[in-house]
Amino acid sequence: MLVLTRKLNESIQIGDEIEIKVLAIEGDQIKLGIAAPKSVDIYRKEIYLDIQNQNSEAANLSGDLLKLLHQKND
Amino acid sequence: MNIQTKYLGEVEISTQQIIQFSFGLPGFLDEKEFVLLEIPGNPVFQFLQSVQSKDIAFVVANPYHFYKDYRFELDEPTIDALQIESEKDVIVLTIVTVKDPFNSSTINLKAPLIINQQKLLGKQYILNSDEYDSKAFIQPISVEKGV
Repeated sequence: MLVLTRKLNESIQIGDEIEIKVLAIEGDQIKLGIAAPKSVDIYRKEIYLDIQNQNSEAANLSGDLLKLLHQKND
Repeated sequence: MNIQTKYLGEVEISTQQIIQFSFGLPGFLDEKEFVLLEIPGNPVFQFLQSVQSKDIAFVVANPYHFYKDYRFELDEPTIDALQIESEKDVIVLTIVTVKDPFNSSTINLKAPLIINQQKLLGKQYILNSDEYDSKAFIQPISVEKGV
């Protein structure tokens, strides 16, 4: 991983279109501003990981799924 | 055309059923084409089956069946990407993580599937608020009705 040190109000430019700027530093929290094209999805990492994990679990169902779904109808 | 499916064997589909998920789904970024398949004898749930990969299929449902007040706003990039012109174009589905026993199953309200049924474009839309859980409990309908 590339590591860069930035101060308040300094930025990082990624490619031609993405800028990440340090907007505020408050205790152990850092507020970042991100300018990127609309087509780029931006998520907090832990939320994205949660959705990835949930999708993987939902796609890897064990046991007799159809039977479980029929339980629903009973 | 015929495709191999995870739960229903070989199924004949028409190309007009294929929904393009041009972004893939988180964890499955290479899966860009899916079809919705009915589950025999089960009106509440459907399979979202990958067209190219037999083993990738999800159980999905209408979230409003379980959570009547489920509500969120679509952001503009998503409305643009899915070419949504009217609310009527949109189907909202939730991915179900089926567990045994069935009533311990969860649904992902944090990342609904948004499908433009006119244009056959879809995306899993991750909500940026913490209002809804990715592992929300399926509420048995009998309990909802207060039997």
